[in-house]
Amino acid sequence: MGAFTMPSLGADMDRGTVVEWRVAPGDRVSRGDIIAVVDTEKSTVEVEVFESGVVEELLVPVGEEVEVGTPLATIASGEAIQPLPAPSPPAASPPAASAAPPPTPSSPPSRSPAPSPPPPSASPVPVRAHVVSPLVRHLAEELGVDAEALPASGPGGVVTRADVVAAARLGLGVPPATQPSGPGAPPPPPAAPAPPSAARPVGRPRRARVPSDGARVVASPYARRRAAEAGVELCDLAGTGPGGAVLARDVPATPSVSVTGVGAATPAAAAAPSASEPASAPLRRGPEALRASVAALMARSKREIPHYYLRTTIDLGLVRSWLDRVNVDRPPGDRVVPAAVLCWATARAAATNRGLNGHWVDDGFRPASGVQLGVAVSLRGGGLLAPVIPDADTLDADELMRRLRDLTERARHGGLKASEMADPSITVTNLGDTGVEEVYGVIYPPQVAMVGFGKVVERAWVVTDRIEVRPVVTVTLAADHRATNGHEGARLLATIDRLLQDPEEPWSATEPPTSS
Amino acid sequence: MRTTYRDAMRAALRQALADDPRVFLMGEDVGRYGGCFAVSLGLLEEFGPERVRDTPLSESAFVGAGVGAAMAGMRPIVEIMTVNFSLLALDQIVNNAATILHMSGGQFNVPLVIRMTTGAGRQLAAQHSHSLEGWYAHVPGLRVLAPATVEDARGMLAPALADPDPVIIFEHGSLYAMEGDLPDDTRPVELDHAAVRRPGRDLTLVTYGGCLPKVLAAADALSAEGVEAEVIDLRTLRPLDDDTLAESVARTHRAVVVDEGWRTGGLSAEVAARISEQCFWDLDAPVGRVGSAEVPIPYAKHMEEAALPQVDDVVAAALEAVS
Amino acid sequence: MERDRATDIIVSVLSGIAPEIDPGTVDPSGELQFEFDLDSMDFLNLVEGVGKAAGIEVPERDYAAIATLDGFAQYLVAHAG
Repeated sequence: MGAFTMPSLGADMDRGTVVEWRVAPGDRVSRGDIIAVVDTEKSTVEVEVFESGVVEELLVPVGEEVEVGTPLATIASGEAIQPLPAPSPPAASPPAASAAPPPTPSSPPSRSPAPSPPPPSASPVPVRAHVVSPLVRHLAEELGVDAEALPASGPGGVVTRADVVAAARLGLGVPPATQPSGPGAPPPPPAAPAPPSAARPVGRPRRARVPSDGARVVASPYARRRAAEAGVELCDLAGTGPGGAVLARDVPATPSVSVTGVGAATPAAAAAPSASEPASAPLRRGPEALRASVAALMARSKREIPHYYLRTTIDLGLVRSWLDRVNVDRPPGDRVVPAAVLCWATARAAATNRGLNGHWVDDGFRPASGVQLGVAVSLRGGGLLAPVIPDADTLDADELMRRLRDLTERARHGGLKASEMADPSITVTNLGDTGVEEVYGVIYPPQVAMVGFGKVVERAWVVTDRIEVRPVVTVTLAADHRATNGHEGARLLATIDRLLQDPEEPWSATEPPTSS
Repeated sequence: MRTTYRDAMRAALRQALADDPRVFLMGEDVGRYGGCFAVSLGLLEEFGPERVRDTPLSESAFVGAGVGAAMAGMRPIVEIMTVNFSLLALDQIVNNAATILHMSGGQFNVPLVIRMTTGAGRQLAAQHSHSLEGWYAHVPGLRVLAPATVEDARGMLAPALADPDPVIIFEHGSLYAMEGDLPDDTRPVELDHAAVRRPGRDLTLVTYGGCLPKVLAAADALSAEGVEAEVIDLRTLRPLDDDTLAESVARTHRAVVVDEGWRTGGLSAEVAARISEQCFWDLDAPVGRVGSAEVPIPYAKHMEEAALPQVDDVVAAALEAVS
Repeated sequence: MERDRATDIIVSVLSGIAPEIDPGTVDPSGELQFEFDLDSMDFLNLVEGVGKAAGIEVPERDYAAIATLDGFAQYLVAHAG
C-alpha cells in the first residue's frame, strides 16, 4: 500500500495541479503507467506511477493545487486489496481479530536486542487485509461507521483509527444498528489502554470512550507543527505512517497566495493533446507565472552559483560534410540538424568529464550516473523549459535527433512525461537559430554546468597552413566554480571539439562518416 | 598520500615527540614490543627510552604518573591497551585528572593525553572488546575524542596535546588497518565540530569511531533503495556538537543513532535525548537506535558478529524510520 | 501549382507552428526563420508539412531558395504538380 504523491518535476517546482486523472479507484496499474496529468507553473506533464497495484482512492480532485509530496492517490500494492462487502459475517472474524494487536504506533518498536525475549505484544501476527482491531471496531461502532467498508491506510491494508475518524467526518458508513459486534468479539488485548469497562459483557453498547468529535490522533511532532501552521485539523487527515500515524507528508501545504495574472492559458496549454482535459480545470499557468518561475530559478542561480565561463570555436567541416551526405537521401522528417550532433558531442563529453555532470547538493557535488541531458527549449510567448533526454550519452546522433525533435514538439505543445521533467545532469542551450554567435548560459540549479552553442557561420579558418572557408561554431561553458575549476571545464570543451573532429567516431549507427 | 589509520597515528606520535621535548609516550609494551597494536613500532629506536617508556602492568600507577607529570609541566601521552583495562585507572582519570583543575581553584591544569583502543570485532572476547567510551563522555573535566578516519587519526593528537586539560582518544581496534588518503600537508584538525561524512535529505544517521565505515556502507545501500541518508560522525564525544546534530535533523526530520556501545544508559541514549530536546517539533518519526546486544561481547566469531551492530541492522533501522 | 494555392499552403502550415501570427501581415520578402522566430526544428517541421501538403520533397540544398515566403511559394509553383 503506498501513496502516490505530487512529484517534483524540477528543482523549481513546489506546487502542482492535477488537471486530469487517467485512472479511477479499482483500476489496476503497473509501474510506469501514466495515471495523471499535472500542471505546473511551466508545463503540463504526464505523470507515471512508480509501483504496481490497484488504485484505491483518488485523494485530490482535478483542479486543486497542492504542494509537492502531497498524497494524490492511494495504491494497494501486490494482490488486489478490495474492500470487503459489508456487513461481514460476524462469526468468521473473531479469531483473526483477537490475534491482531491494535495498530497503534504507541506499541514499542520491536528492535530490541536479539537475546532479550520479545515482549508479548510483539509476537508476529499475520495481518489480514481490512481486519480491524477490536479498539478500532468499537470506535467505528461508536461513530456509526462500517469499518469493513472503509479505505484502509494501515500496514497490510488494516483499517486504522485515523481511517475511521476520517470516514466519520465525511459521513461515510452505515448506522450502528447494522454493524453487528458478534458475541465472540474479544476484549481488547491487555497492552491496550483498556478502560475499566472492558470487563463488561461484550456486544453491549459501550460508554463513549472517545468524544464523537474524534479520538486522539496519532501524529508526529513535525506533522503537528505543519498542521498547525497550515491551519488544518489533524483528525481531518489520513495518516500514512506506522499504524496510520499522521506524518508530515500527510499534511497539505500552507495555503498561500496564488500566482496572480491568470489571464488566458498559453497557446501551449490550450493545445495540450489530452483530449479529455477538462476545459474547466483552473489552469494557472499564465505567461506571468511562467516568467515568475524562470525568474525565481535564475535569480537563485546567480545568487548561489559562482559561475565561470569559457569559450572556444570549433571547426564543423567534418560534421557538415557528414550531414550533407546523410541528409541528401532522406525525407525532411528524417534529416539531422547540426544541433543534434552538438548535443551528441556534449553528452559524450559529459560522460567522461564527470565533474561537470551532476548536482551540487548540500555543499557537495554528486556526480550523476549517466548523462541526463537537459535541452533548453524556448516556448512561443516567452516561456522556457529544459526537458531531459535520459542517458543521452548512449544514443547516436540519429537517435538524438529523433528524441530532440520529439521532445521539442511536446515541450511546446504539451505532453511531457514526468521523467522528462526530472532534473537533468547537464543542460545545453542553443541560440544559433536566432543568429547570435555566442551564448553564456545561466546554470540551472542544482546542476553545475551549461553548455551553449551559437550560430554555425562560415569563417576563414587555418587548416594545415592554408586558409579555408569552414563552417565553425562557438561553444561556451558556464560552470559552477564550487564543483570544478577552469581546468576541468576546459577539458570538457576540448573533449567536445575532439569528438567533432574525429572521423572514426560513430556519430550514426547506420552511416559511418567518411573522412573529409 | 595513501596510508593506514595505524601509520597515521604513528606519524602523529612521531611528530609530537619531535616537535616538543616535553612530550613523552608511556604504557604497557609501547617500547620494545612496539605497542600491542603496533602503533608505536620503531619509536623507541628513534627517540630513546627516556621518551618512549615501557611501564609495569599497573594502569593505576602509570596513569597516575602521567597525571603527576602533566601537573609538573610535561606533556605525557599515556597508552592504555584497551578501555576495559582503563577501569583499573578509573580513579586516576575520573577522580584526579578530571577534577584537579576545579579542586585546585584553577591553579593546576592536567595537560594529559590518554590513548586507548576500544571496541570489538577481532575475537578478543569480553575483557578486551567493550565500548565504554560513553562512560568517559559522562565526566565533566574530560574531553573525549573518537577519530574515525585516517585524517582524524593523524590530526587529532596535536590539538589534544595543545589542550591544557585531559583528553582521552579512543582508537577503535578494527580501524587500525583501514586505509585512507591523507593530504600531504597534514595539519591539526579542529575538535569542536562533528563532521557530515555524507550529505543526505531523508534521514540523519549519527555515529562515531568504529561504526562509521558500517554506517557509510549502510548509506550506500539505502541510496540504492532511493533513501538518501546524511551521515554525521560525532568525532568529539564530549563535549557533543549539538548544533550540527540539530541542523541536520531539522532538515531530515528523522534520525537513527548507531553506537557499538550498549543502548542502556549509553552514548546513543544521550544523543537521542538531545535530538528529542532540540528537534522535537521537527521529528517525523521516533529517533531510532542501533547498538550492541546487551551481553558481554562473545568470543565465538558468529556470536560476536551477531552481537555487534551490522550494516543490515543500520539499513533496517533507517528504513523503519522513513517508512 | 497556382501561386495563391502555394502561398495558402505555406501560411497554413506556418500558422500551426506559430499560432500567434496574423497571415495578413506576413512580409512576403522577409526571411521566414527570422520573421516568425523559427528554430531549426520549426523549420524542419515547416519543410516537412509544406512538402506533404504539396506532394514534393524539398532537398536540403534548396533551403536557400525557400528562405522567404515569396521564394518558397515560387519554389512550389516550379516543383509541385
